[in-house]
Amino acid sequence: MPFTPTPARPAPISQMGVIGWLRKNLFSNIPNTLLSLVALYVVWQVLSSVISWAFINADWVGSSRADCTSDGACWVFVSVRLNQFIYGFYPAEARWRPNLAFALLVGFLIWLAVPRIPYKKLGGILALTAFPVAAYFLLYGGAFGLPVVPTSRWGGLLLTIVLAVIGIVLAMPIGIALALGRRSNMPAVRLVCTIFIEFWRGVPLITILFMASVMLPLFFAEGVSIDRLIRALIGITLFQSAYMAEVVRGGLQALGKGQYEAADALGLSYWQKMNLIILPQALKIMIPGIVNTTISLWKDTSLVVIIGLLEVLGQVRQALADPNWLGFPAEGYIFAALTFWVFCFSMSRFSQYLERRLDTGHKN
Amino acid sequence: MKHNLNSTQRSWFNINDPRVRSVIYQILIILGVIWAVMTIAGNVVANLEARGIATGFRFLGERAGFGVSQALIEYSSNSTYGRVFFVGLLNTLLVSAMGIVAATFLGLFVGLGRLTPNWLVRKICMVYIEIFRNIPVLLQIFFWYYVVLQTLPRPNQSIALLGDLVFINVRGAYAPRPILESGIGILTTMLILAVVAVIALTIWARRRKRDTGEEFPVLWTSLGILVGTMTVGYIATGQPLVFEIPELRGFSFDGGMRLRPELLALWLALTIYTSTFIAEIIRSGIQSVSHGQTEACRALSLSERQRMKLVVLPQALRVIVPPLTSQYLNLTKNSSLAVAIGYPDLVSVFQGTALNQTGQAIEIVGMTMAVYLLISLLVSAFMNWFNKRVALVER
Repeated sequence: MPFTPTPARPAPISQMGVIGWLRKNLFSNIPNTLLSLVALYVVWQVLSSVISWAFINADWVGSSRADCTSDGACWVFVSVRLNQFIYGFYPAEARWRPNLAFALLVGFLIWLAVPRIPYKKLGGILALTAFPVAAYFLLYGGAFGLPVVPTSRWGGLLLTIVLAVIGIVLAMPIGIALALGRRSNMPAVRLVCTIFIEFWRGVPLITILFMASVMLPLFFAEGVSIDRLIRALIGITLFQSAYMAEVVRGGLQALGKGQYEAADALGLSYWQKMNLIILPQALKIMIPGIVNTTISLWKDTSLVVIIGLLEVLGQVRQALADPNWLGFPAEGYIFAALTFWVFCFSMSRFSQYLERRLDTGHKN
Repeated sequence: MKHNLNSTQRSWFNINDPRVRSVIYQILIILGVIWAVMTIAGNVVANLEARGIATGFRFLGERAGFGVSQALIEYSSNSTYGRVFFVGLLNTLLVSAMGIVAATFLGLFVGLGRLTPNWLVRKICMVYIEIFRNIPVLLQIFFWYYVVLQTLPRPNQSIALLGDLVFINVRGAYAPRPILESGIGILTTMLILAVVAVIALTIWARRRKRDTGEEFPVLWTSLGILVGTMTVGYIATGQPLVFEIPELRGFSFDGGMRLRPELLALWLALTIYTSTFIAEIIRSGIQSVSHGQTEACRALSLSERQRMKLVVLPQALRVIVPPLTSQYLNLTKNSSLAVAIGYPDLVSVFQGTALNQTGQAIEIVGMTMAVYLLISLLVSAFMNWFNKRVALVER
């Protein structure tokens, strides 16, 4: 008589499927159940009021504040001013120029960020050489028959992107140089780099921006006047490069000592050692840190509003001061917050993706 | 670096010797720095002369002539710029301290919330972190100040909390103000003695535990000592501490302690923004303690509390404390955004108003930067000391 196993009993219904999940995750014991109920109540309260204010009772279409009749959000305020929030006072007929520059930027970023697209090196070189020149002439003009748009007319999201991208691109090489200097064997170099880094890291960005806008003109010989945007950029770059230097230093320190010694044993020179052995490995470790500093720089660009440059937040504040549109601070600030949030959140997700992708599995 | 003495005689100046090159590089760099500093200093002096701006720190003794809305030390518009500096500094320290305490607690709650077995609480904490971490703190300050605090009711319809002790309205929050009367000295002395007793008790209990392995209920005994002494002392010295409760008079409140809306908005924004970072630091710190440690504790049949207190937390703190301090420093530096809503902190009153009046940019910006640098360096020094104390002893 062949052996016939008893058929397996079905799993208890209280541990499987939705019910099992709920029991395990929300109602496992009495305190947990109470906590879940309180949390559910809070979520319900918050979500219902936010949704009814921002969506159900909101006004979406119209052209003036008279169109905002319901007691919810007045998104008309945002939609009427949307162009100002994005371009600042950039002339309307020339808006294709920042659009094109932005499209180029996105194109290069996709080229460099998506692993499947080949010719990364070419992309990198073009992004660092051809793109800045093209972007300069597109945004500022003055050649190829493009009329000059002075930087005082730039604003909104355009200005945020300009500040953040230029800040990060300039801070990168300066930061690497500073980090190498701080770990150098030469005491004078080490001292200069350490003082530089600790100085900029110890001071709030706002005093640096103040310094850039008030004191910088005093530093140059008489008659030299610097554009306000450039002054802010100098401040941001110095600030950012100090933070970048610390990220790079972290990456350099995370690398095992054996790598340095192996390079020395092969008789490589200092720069060969750095370029061929250390930096390629260290940069990989540093990528999450670099994205994190980029995110904080992105948020920090909002501070330039205090020295009178009107990026997204500045434009929103200016629009809020318009006597025809008084009384919609919530809508304005929430729009600005959403703009920042979308960029920062996607960057942080990208950094997590990179961390997973670059994880070679042999940490330590 | 060892040098081979048997090699051919070398001149002391050999460009192929890395040590000689390194000296040359360093001399060049020092010369470059000196040149840059001299050029800038020369330009500054020339520019200041051309603009007729005075130099030096004499202005610190001059009359400031403007009012400051919140001063922790005595201040009037007749006070000097030096006084303005200290008023601003104290306000900066006040909001930073308030923010650090509140952000630590909030961050601790949210960070632990991300580790609870309750799915809903975990998700709420995650959403909270992802929302507030990715919005610039300046924007959050504006939001609290111009949106949330402006919707609060007028003074005569204030929201009363804690049974008519605390009132919140559009002009700020009002709370009872402690008033010290005679006899407070004795009470303070008793408090200090009680604290000393608690510290002694802790040390004794730790020694006893090390020697005999017996636990002593330190927490409850200490609480008993503190509360007991304070209650007895308070009654015995004739109740030297009374509270002045804010009262509505006409259209505003009288008496009590007032937290201005600027301070409230700044405090809320800094607390919420920083708490998201602290929560992530605490979560990753606790998660960094490997699961093997927990299993080892269970094998030793330690209770859950003992596991947390004796095994997980000491190891997690080693990971948590360094980034935590840098968040505290960030909060202190971010408090300088007070200038955007007019809270009279150092940057706002000193680098703002005082700078506009005197025009002495170099001195004022330099002093302001020096303050923040000093705070940073002090905290870093403390951090290094702490790190050395708790650092893992490598075997």
